[in-house]
Amino acid sequence: MAGATDLLVHWPIRPEAQDKTYLDLSAISELRPFRWTDVSLHIGALTTYWDILRDPQTRAEFPLLHEAARQVGAIQIQSRGTWAGNIANGSPAADGVPVLLAYDASVVLTSMAGSREIPLREYYTGYRNSVRRSDELITSIILPRRRYDFSVFHKVGARRAQAITKVGIAVTREAGARAANPWRVVASSVAATVRRCPAIEAFLASGALVRVPSDFFASIDADIRPIDDIRSTASYRRTVLARLLYHSLRGVSATVV
Amino acid sequence: MLRIEGLSKLCGAERYLDDEPLEGPLKGCLWGMTVRSPVSRGRIRDIVYGAGFNWSEFVVVTPDDIPGPNETYLIENDQPVLAPGYVRHMHEPVALIAHADRDLLRRALASIRVQVDPEPPVLDFRVPPRPEQIQRGTDNVIKQLRICKGDVEKVFATAPIIVEGEYETGAQEHVYIENNAMAAWIEDGPAGDVVVVRGSMQCPYYVLNAVKHALKRDETRVRIMQSPTGGGFGGKEDYPSTIALHAALLALKAQKPVKIVYDRSEDMAATTKRHPSLVRHKTAVDRNGRLLAQKIEVILDGGAYVTLSPVVLSRGIIHAAGPYSCDHVLIEGRAMLTNSVPYGAFRGFGAPQTIFAVERHMDRIAQKLGISPLEVRRVNLLKDGQTTSTQQTICGGTDRHALLERALGETDYARLLAQAEEFNREHPYLRRGVGIATVLHGAGFTGNGEVYLNSKVDVAGLPDGRLEVLAASTEMGQGTNTVFTRLAADAADYATDDVLVGMPDTFRVPNSGPTVASRTVMVVGKLIERAISDLAAQLGGGGSPLRGKALKDAIIAWHRVNGGGSLKARATYTPPPNVKFDDKKYIGDAYATFAWGVCVAHVEVDLRTAAVRVLHFTSLQDIGKVINPTLARGQVQGGTVQAIGWALSEELKFKDGGMANNSLTNYIIPTSDDVPPIRVLFHENPYEHGGGGAKGVGELPMDGPAPAILNAVAHATGCDPLAIPLTPERLMPLLEATP
Ligand SMILES: Cc1cc2nc3c(=O)[nH]c(=O)nc-3n(C[C@H](O)[C@H](O)[C@H](O)COP(=O)(O)OP(=O)(O)OC[C@H]3O[C@@H](n4cnc5c(N)ncnc54)[C@H](O)[C@@H]3O)c2cc1C
Repeated sequence: MAGATDLLVHWPIRPEAQDKTYLDLSAISELRPFRWTDVSLHIGALTTYWDILRDPQTRAEFPLLHEAARQVGAIQIQSRGTWAGNIANGSPAADGVPVLLAYDASVVLTSMAGSREIPLREYYTGYRNSVRRSDELITSIILPRRRYDFSVFHKVGARRAQAITKVGIAVTREAGARAANPWRVVASSVAATVRRCPAIEAFLASGALVRVPSDFFASIDADIRPIDDIRSTASYRRTVLARLLYHSLRGVSATVV
Repeated sequence: MLRIEGLSKLCGAERYLDDEPLEGPLKGCLWGMTVRSPVSRGRIRDIVYGAGFNWSEFVVVTPDDIPGPNETYLIENDQPVLAPGYVRHMHEPVALIAHADRDLLRRALASIRVQVDPEPPVLDFRVPPRPEQIQRGTDNVIKQLRICKGDVEKVFATAPIIVEGEYETGAQEHVYIENNAMAAWIEDGPAGDVVVVRGSMQCPYYVLNAVKHALKRDETRVRIMQSPTGGGFGGKEDYPSTIALHAALLALKAQKPVKIVYDRSEDMAATTKRHPSLVRHKTAVDRNGRLLAQKIEVILDGGAYVTLSPVVLSRGIIHAAGPYSCDHVLIEGRAMLTNSVPYGAFRGFGAPQTIFAVERHMDRIAQKLGISPLEVRRVNLLKDGQTTSTQQTICGGTDRHALLERALGETDYARLLAQAEEFNREHPYLRRGVGIATVLHGAGFTGNGEVYLNSKVDVAGLPDGRLEVLAASTEMGQGTNTVFTRLAADAADYATDDVLVGMPDTFRVPNSGPTVASRTVMVVGKLIERAISDLAAQLGGGGSPLRGKALKDAIIAWHRVNGGGSLKARATYTPPPNVKFDDKKYIGDAYATFAWGVCVAHVEVDLRTAAVRVLHFTSLQDIGKVINPTLARGQVQGGTVQAIGWALSEELKFKDGGMANNSLTNYIIPTSDDVPPIRVLFHENPYEHGGGGAKGVGELPMDGPAPAILNAVAHATGCDPLAIPLTPERLMPLLEATP
């Protein structure tokens, strides 16, 4: 239990949750801070959204962390909720996870047996399932320091605050030719997990011209399979994803016109 | 004047029932919970109480424990207190359990299985029922009403232009800040034991009548008290009778105090909602947009029991033609029985639904004729001396045309339009638009309702010379106590500190009627003024009525002479002169007076997401004299916010006939960040028969925003939305289909 904003939300009406045993991490001060090295940013397991919002350096280097943090719940949740809790909770609608993925983060898992570092894109194995063993804690999140010449985060909720994401994107383009494909595209609330979208990334790198939002449909359909649920519809999610990508990238990518 | 209980609310000293310590009469209190139906319709085969609980420790109430008729007393007594072997909607109360340990009770409740042999439910009120779905009469019609003025068919036969439209509105949950809550206990009284019920409610005498009826007791052996109430909006008009009876039945069986407090998910799933509606318009107009004939069909989803649907339908159809003059009007309304939670009272009481339809329709008439939405209203707005659909002659001196022009001037409407059009030419994906609605709202009960209510107010002179207002009208956040204090102080020429307003308690206060229908300040406020002038006249001994210090001294002197006596004056409702309504034919003065309003909405649509954001909203209202500007503005702003939610985001999602999104996470009311600046303007035209010159303000603000916003969306995007809530999921396909 970190900020407990996920754990306690249904507490009174879920007796079964009350029958479990929890470990309260909040007093382990070593897990709280985030720190910089020459090559990376380490976000401690108890780092909150508010910790990041207060920090000008992360705003400069990782602006999407700010964008996402500002749009999580509202100020009460931002000041208690943690990035690690957001990952561990595993919701496909999470807002912290997409920007971490867009920055190619990895997760440090620690148990009595030692620590291991797992790329976040390999962390989830299915709906609310991950490679984390039950004896492991997330102890930190590591973001490599790289240069980006474009980044965008867009959360579509049913209202402007206190909203669960119906569909969301986080997109970055790395500056310099470190990788073959500089694009990282992440979509949320359109699959069983928040996920990278390799087909859309490849489409953007392919040089194919995009003239209308629907030109994205083929690659969107290769990456994700949204559903109808209590919050939205599959067709809305697909359409909005295409429209968001189109309007966000228009003029940014030479191929989106 | 500051709100009377404002400070105690701000610092948390005022407590809702849930927060009250279990002391005094609640000492040793049990918690009560409700066993509910898992299906929409069917015969109960069995109730299986789960293993692993010592059920002899629990108090269990079934229909057999009800001393009187198993009926919830209201218009028709068709709603059982506990379903007697047959359920008609999901979450219908079937049995009650109580225990001192709330957690254990919750687990025990979860273990109970209500086994039902399901029967085919009606889940869509818009389609005619199949034979196996008939549950009332031959057609499931709860109530049918008709207004007829002139001869519409004759006009249609030769009309140059006919415009038709079909409009839909969805259910709406009240989301009062305090969930329903009720406590009951047994006290000794002179004539035997007394069942005392205390809780969150709008209408103490409705609760009294219901408890008397099902418990077979008279009013000396049932006592109803209101506890500080966190909002109602109509949601605590009739439902508290049900939960009060549940608490009372458990307390009687346990012979201990019992408290029932719903949690949010239960309150949302199981209690009343705004009636969904389908309204069809067929209108004959001339080339200038003048209304020649209006034919309107109003269909409401009434839910599983009659409850208040007949009167909601009545108010709905009376408002359906809008604030316009037309010589030929035919309005036919019906409320349909379905297997949903019974739909009930909600701010506006049927009028917002029909006004949404007529105000969208007026814009579509303008569109079809190629004239502006302003023009079609200028041509048709009622003038004093003209008549409404029920042939009520409008008078009172408010110039609705001037109201419209003032709203246009104050909002700089022409410039807003021009700016929006320029903005839309430039922006890649945002579209702005402006929309308007002109509305009316009948104040007080419909037709002869106020006469039947026969409301009474007492004002008592206390030994120290202060005055106490004794009325059953409830404070639930809207400011009743503050306004009553002001009216009484003004009538008596007292300082406001020298006026008390008693907490409603049926052992102490007379029946001043329910706190609904925008009637409290206008009707009950007037009774307070009259009771005070009676008291002042009584004490003045034939001379001129006493006021101020003279009145106070006379009250003190009276008590010196009549030590221990009670000094009271009572006023009973009398209708204003010349108000007549034929409730068979629906002809005449449907309301003693109307309040009027003009709304202007300025919106922005994001073409990427189809999200509609209201940028700015202006509401101009004629509510008679404004008694307390802060509270009145609060009513208009709050009503506007509630209407924005209804128009854009508040959507009930159903699964097998039950509310599936019964949480604040998934039922989307606006947050402060979704609410635009709301500019409130008043036109003060005092109404001589209203308390302090006031007409009603509670409901009018709910009427205009939804059509104004949709009209603005239509202007912004060129699409033609006809149904609310206009969620992005609903708007996106319309945008995709709009070139
Ligand atoms: C009103 C409200 C609004 C919200 N709005 C948003 C929103 O807009 N966007 C969004 O993404 N989320 C939102 N949330 C969800 C929640 O706030 C976030 O997911 C938050 O980041 C969770 O962090 P926490 O520290 O509170 O987690 P907790 O509730 O403490 O834990 C969540 C889960 O993670 C596990 N866990 C926590 N820390 C660790 C760890 N170090 N190692 C292993 N497991 C761990 C817990 O056991 C639990 O299963 C909202 C919640 C509420 C109540």
